[in-house]
Amino acid sequence: MRTFGTIDLLAFATAFQYTILLVVLALIIGAPLALGFAMLRVSRFAPLRWLSAAFLQVIQGVPLLALLMFIYFALPTFLGIRLPPLLAVTAAFTLYTAVFLGEIWRGGIEAVKRTQWEAAACLGLGAWQQFRHVIAPQALKIALPASVGFLVQLIKGTSLAAIVGFIELTRAGQLSAAATLQPLLVYSIIAAIYFVVCFPLTQLSRRLEARLNGAR
Amino acid sequence: MALVEIKNLRKTFGKLEVIKDVSLTVEQGDIVAIIGRSGSGKSTLLRCINGLEDIQGGSITVGGRDVSAKMAGLKEYRQRVGIVFQQFNLFPHMNVLKNVTLAPILTGKIKKPQARKLAEDSLTTVGLLDKIEAWPEQLSGGQQQRVAIARCLAMKPELMLFDEVTSALDPELVGEVLKVMEDMARQGMTMILVTHEMNFARNVANKVVFMHHGRIWEQGHPDQMLGDPQTPELQAFISSSRT
Repeated sequence: MRTFGTIDLLAFATAFQYTILLVVLALIIGAPLALGFAMLRVSRFAPLRWLSAAFLQVIQGVPLLALLMFIYFALPTFLGIRLPPLLAVTAAFTLYTAVFLGEIWRGGIEAVKRTQWEAAACLGLGAWQQFRHVIAPQALKIALPASVGFLVQLIKGTSLAAIVGFIELTRAGQLSAAATLQPLLVYSIIAAIYFVVCFPLTQLSRRLEARLNGAR
Repeated sequence: MALVEIKNLRKTFGKLEVIKDVSLTVEQGDIVAIIGRSGSGKSTLLRCINGLEDIQGGSITVGGRDVSAKMAGLKEYRQRVGIVFQQFNLFPHMNVLKNVTLAPILTGKIKKPQARKLAEDSLTTVGLLDKIEAWPEQLSGGQQQRVAIARCLAMKPELMLFDEVTSALDPELVGEVLKVMEDMARQGMTMILVTHEMNFARNVANKVVFMHHGRIWEQGHPDQMLGDPQTPELQAFISSSRT
């Protein structure tokens, strides 16, 4: 046993970088997939809608933790390869982001009135132009608060990666608590770090919403 | 050759037959007013002409080309035929200038530097040049509808369709929109409009079409149609719309 000290704080700082890395990777890979997923969900072709809806049901019906464990522990027995922890957790969070953010964006797209598509189409715009210039900006505004809300969920959700031994903030906290036997202190600090990151984000979301409202 | 030629048009929504065997000819420069009770199929007819609805029978020819919702080149066709809706449908996230110039720029009709000039011309036509930087929500209903008309005009259409464009307006705002339409008619624009404005139909249109139960019940010159209706249905419709 050792006392809690600078070394623990340094470990938290390092681990926190991995938390951020997970979030950034999930967003960079997951957000374009989310856009694609949202488009599939509102596709004109019914089979695409059914397939994406079924996929959604599967991902939504499985806890994020179970998804993580499935990819990290179960997939190797299918494929015969063991994914490195970073790859496995990134895959899980990317999938999670693609589906949940995609659903939020689908809601945004569908909240824009059908007549806006019609008006754009009647001016001779192509389907992509209608979406890009008329629908997407309005959908984004509608979906922005929920999207940032999801980002907060994602940041907190990366703590589950601790389960598969990936050393991000929460895992670093577990290790520190075990070594110092000071769980109250350690987990208070960990919780405070998450809060300090997430709180400004929800504030930012509110301000963005207000600015978008003011701009029109 | 006629600009618009509709032959034996049939349109159904499921089992409901909304347009039954409608034939109509519109010449270049015609102002055609379609009147009738709600549910008579008049708005649907207009939407068919714009390819917003697929059709179940007959044909629509505009400028010598067959029109349908599934046609190849629907996009290019719509760049030549404007439609104005009852609910204006302006883009709320763009100011008036962008609303008017979006389509001409995206469809390559005009380059960005000339866009402002084009918008100024279109807005002058509808008398709203001073609102070029305004946002839709800052405008009255009548002004919004005039911007919607300017947005269509900026595409330099050969034919314009108006779907009950004054029905959502407060009574005192109807006049300004009708005046703009009258100016356009005088300048030779070919127009097909679905309307409840009998005076407008009488004074501006050169042809009135009365639709009833999905058919063209009666059509002809406004004086004859509105002054001396032949069918009891049209007589009933005219006397009910006078109140």
